[in-house]
Formats: sequence, C-alpha cells, structure tokens
Amino acid sequence: MRKVLFGAVAALALSLPLAAMSAEEEIHLPKQEWSFNGVLGKFDKQQVQRGFQVYKEVCSACHSLQYFAFRNLADLGYSEAQVKTLAATYEIQDGPDDNGDMFKRKGKASDYMPKPFANDQAARASNGGALPPDLSLMTKAREGGPDYVYNLLLGYEDTPPAGVTLMPGMNYNKYFPGHQIGMAKQIQDGLLTYADGAPNDAAHIAKDVTAFLHWVAEPKLEARHDTGVRVILYTLLFTVLAYLAKRQIWSRIEH
Amino acid sequence: MSTEKTRLQRIFEWHEARLPLVGFIDHAVGTKYPAPKNLNYFWNFGFLAGFMLLTMIMTGVFLAMNYTANIHMAFDSVERIMRDVNFGWLIRYMHSNGASFFFIVVYIHIFRGLYYGSYKSPREVLWWIGVIILILMMATAFMGYVLPWGQMSFWGATVITNLFTAIPVVGKAITTLLWGGFSVDNPTLNRFFALHFLLPFVILGVVFLHIWALHIPGSNNPLGIEAAPGDKIPFHPYYTAKDAFGLGVFLLVYFSVVFWAPNMLGDPVNYVKANPLVTPASIVPEWYLLPFYAILRSIPDKLLGVIAMFGSLLLLFVLPWLDTSRIRSATFRPIYKILFWVLVVNMIVLGWCGAQHPEGLPLILSRIGTFWYFFHMIILLPVVGWIETPKPLPASISQPVMAAQPAE
Repeated sequence: MRKVLFGAVAALALSLPLAAMSAEEEIHLPKQEWSFNGVLGKFDKQQVQRGFQVYKEVCSACHSLQYFAFRNLADLGYSEAQVKTLAATYEIQDGPDDNGDMFKRKGKASDYMPKPFANDQAARASNGGALPPDLSLMTKAREGGPDYVYNLLLGYEDTPPAGVTLMPGMNYNKYFPGHQIGMAKQIQDGLLTYADGAPNDAAHIAKDVTAFLHWVAEPKLEARHDTGVRVILYTLLFTVLAYLAKRQIWSRIEH
Repeated sequence: MSTEKTRLQRIFEWHEARLPLVGFIDHAVGTKYPAPKNLNYFWNFGFLAGFMLLTMIMTGVFLAMNYTANIHMAFDSVERIMRDVNFGWLIRYMHSNGASFFFIVVYIHIFRGLYYGSYKSPREVLWWIGVIILILMMATAFMGYVLPWGQMSFWGATVITNLFTAIPVVGKAITTLLWGGFSVDNPTLNRFFALHFLLPFVILGVVFLHIWALHIPGSNNPLGIEAAPGDKIPFHPYYTAKDAFGLGVFLLVYFSVVFWAPNMLGDPVNYVKANPLVTPASIVPEWYLLPFYAILRSIPDKLLGVIAMFGSLLLLFVLPWLDTSRIRSATFRPIYKILFWVLVVNMIVLGWCGAQHPEGLPLILSRIGTFWYFFHMIILLPVVGWIETPKPLPASISQPVMAAQPAE
C-alpha cells in the first residue's frame, strides 16, 4: 500500500513540469484581496452597493445585466421600500394592453434590469460594431474571474507599446486577450462621487464595481460558504466516528 | 429476554420467505459476502463509484425538474436554478462537480484493477462490464455537458458529433441522426436531454451485473492470490465500516470543491451562452475526456484518429488476453510494476496534451503518448508476461501477515 502511494506521488511529480509549461504564454493578472474569498468569505455590502452605483451611472449605458432583478437588492441590505422606489425610477416596457399596444410603466421590484439596447444589432450600431457583453456572469465567464475584470478595467494604456498598431476604434489593454479592446477606458479618478463618501480613485471604483459584478454572478456565495462550513464540520465528525468504529470492528480479527 | 419471536420478526420472516429482499442485500454487501481480509483502501473506490452514481441520479432528477431543454431557454433555466430555486446552486454544483469526482473515483478504481491484475481469469466478464460502464459514463457525461447550452456545450457537441462523419459511407447519415437535423440545434439538445436522463439508469442496471459478476469469483486482493476460506471475512461489518470511513474522507474533498471551488474544474467559457457564430479560442472537453481527445488529435487523419480514440477504449476488452502473465498483483511483477507507473504518467501527459493546441510540443508529446499507450497494450503486455520472472508468491494471505509479526 505504501509503495503504491509512493508510486502515485512519483507519477504526479513527474507530470508536474507540464503544468508549468502550459502557463508560459498567459497574461499575468495581479491578484487582488477580495472580501468574498476564503473559507468564510462574504460580500462587503457597502462595497457592493457602491459598485451598483458605478454600474447604474456608468456601465449600464452600454452593458445589460439580464439576470439581475431589483428584488435581488434586498440581499444587499436595501429595505423593501428602497427597492420599490429604486425600481420605480426605471421605465419598463410591458404589454400588450387590451388594445394590443405595448406601453411603458414604472418598474416593480420583480422586474429585471432593463437592457440599454433593444437588440444586439442596435448595441453594435451604437458601439462601432462591437457588442458590449451582458455582465451578469462576467466574473465567472473569463479566465481569472474577478481579478481579470478588475485588472482589465485599469489595464488601459493611452499609447500602445512600440510595434503595435491598433485597428480603428480599438483601445490598447494590457490584460485583454489580443490587447485590442472595443471598450474605451471608463474608470478614472473621480469618475463619480459615492453616496457614502468612500474614496473614488480609479482603483477603488474598479474594485467596487467588480465586487458588485461578482455578487450578481454568484449571488448565493455567502449561503454556499455558510452551508459549506456546516457540512464540512458534520462530515468531519462523521469521518472521525467512522474511523473509530472501523478500528474497533477490525480489532476483533487479526489482519 | 424471551426466545419467543416478536410479531414484527414473524412478519419479517414471512416476507423474507416469499421475497428475500433483505437476504439479497445481505448476500450482496452484507454478512453473507466473504471478502479477503487484506483489501487495502484502494478497494474503497468501487463503493465510492456506486455512491457517486446515486448522488448523480438524485441531484440530476431535481435538476431535471427545473431545467428546460430548449436552445432559447436552457441557459436561462440553469441560471434560474442557480438564483431562484431553493438550494438550486447546491444541487447544480454537486451535480457538475459530481461528474468530475465520479470520474476521479472510477479512474482510480480502474487503475487499481490494472495494478492488482483484477481483470485476469476468472474476472474477465467482470472487467468487460466495467469497461462498458466506463463507455456509458463517457457518453452520459458528454451529453450532460451539452445541456447548459453554454459556448463549450455547443462547440464540444459540434466537434464530437462531427467525428462520426469520418465513418465511411454511413457517417453522414449517422451524424444527421444524432443531430436530428443538419447541425447541432434544438433537436440535438432534446435528444441529448432524453438520453442523458436514460443512460444513468442503464448504468445502474449494468452496475448490478458488475456486482453480480463480482460475486461469482469474489473480490481480488492486493496479493492477487486466491483467498482461502480462512482468509476471508464477512463484508459486513468489516468492509462496510472501512467503506464508511473512506466515504467520509472522500466527501471532505468533494464538499471542499463543491462549496469553495465549484467552478475550478469547469471551463469559464461555458458561462457564455452558446453562439453558433462565435467559435471559442480553443475547444476542449472536460478533463476526464482529455487523454482520449489527445489520442484523437495526435493522428493527422480524421478516420484513423477516430479509430485510435475508440480503439484505445475497445482494446480494454481484450486486455485479459493481452496480458500473458498469470501473476495478478504487480507487487510480484518487477517489470510490469514499472510499466504500470509509466502508463499512469503517460495518461496524465496525454491529458495535459488534450488541453493544449495540437501543435509544437503538445503534438509531439501526444504522438509519443498515443504510441506508448498502444505499444504498452499490444506489445509490452504480452512480451513482459513471457519474459518476466515474478517474485515468489506467498502461500496464503495469512502467511506474510503472520511473518511480519514477532514470534512469541
């Protein structure tokens, strides 16, 4: 048994250099500290609320958030009345009414965030041919997750490195695969003033909005960590008891 | 205590005399199944595989209640499960990671069989049924991966189903039949969903055959020699207790991934809805299919690649006759033991190659790996069986155990 395990470890060790080789061409993303990382990681509700403000005032001009409903804001500590008031500031297309006409009405808590463009074609037409992707799953849909989104938002360079010719309408970004991105630099110092007066330099804004996007992508993260701790503690107890039972039972025979 | 039987006992015995349900289980995995007493922890993995099959079926049924098999709604319905269904996130993460852990467990189970020669006489049919289960699992996992209708679902389905076009004459017709049309589209998703629901129950049935076939010769053991009746102990309570402890350790690993790294083993691109007009930068299957994907791509000719890929699996059916050694356990086979570990490394290298672009070093390595796999199976196994001088076998399972203890 011990020899078999040794063999398994040796086999893995011999294969490890491969993992190092596969990493050679990848773009290095500086890792960030996130409140939601770690065994007991939770969202910083204030930070996520600030991020929501950034999305509302900046990103939502081009990017949809199709899986985000106003009612979800209750999880961030907004009261029911606040959610209703906020939803009511949006106009939602509904219908058809009894005459067969579509109409606009004020948003309700159960409504989803309206999209900035009627369809992909309209979105492309307004953005020089590029399609601003939906952001509801963005922090899970890219290699690197939240670190990627954060670094991308700050990774713009006004002048591309020597030898790189940008295509018309493109911008240079250190972290975007291929480095030519349709979206122009959005996040800069003092872009907006936070309702809670938190620092509003570019790095803080990028971090806040990324935290918000990760909350939209993984809204059950806190429940997951919470349940996980309970499940692991229970399983640990089960394993210890099972081990003791096994030892007791096997002590009856010579083996 | 009185020796009189209680009413409950009499009802139980009346029923057992007519349909011995409890007796059946007792014979299968209970006190009536004698197992060698020297089974090590690698023998836990058969039980763990059965456990994962049931986990997948149970979580899968609840997912199916909330999933919509339509190309316009599938992706949204999965997100609804993640956001609005009670504990939907837990059920889905247990299912998607469960597939990976099912394969981890089954691969260890298979390599245990390879190391200790569990495929050899008289267990050839048991081995065959195991290979059938592996192939069914691969088909089921592949179709399950298509269901969320993300980018990799769609493009993976396109690449894999296109393989069948390589078959001469009937290839195109087979592919059209698989697709239910002329490309991967809504009918494909519908039939994959139907089959993904059906196949696990087929696997469950074949698992019954697997256990039945196991009970005819009984379990192999780390020494690979026949266990004398005196060297056997009842499965229950000895191995049920050992399996319970193994299950605990396994669950700690499985749950750690489910609760803290649920997307570690998945491809981020699958969180982008399928788009037939945008091809992802690289199309790769899930990790458990990568070695076979590497074999496929290592051969420049499409048909030959497909033959090599399926052949690498089908070859396992004749493994009991390719290995000419009559010694089962690698413990007593010095040359085979080395070859075994080389094969393990070879499969890991192939798996790595399967995830890379098929060019440069990965392509060269996957060609060497593919060659080695077939060389190992077809040439080395029979030849080594002939030329190898095995170490002396112990006379019985008890002998080495006794010898290890100080004389009193």
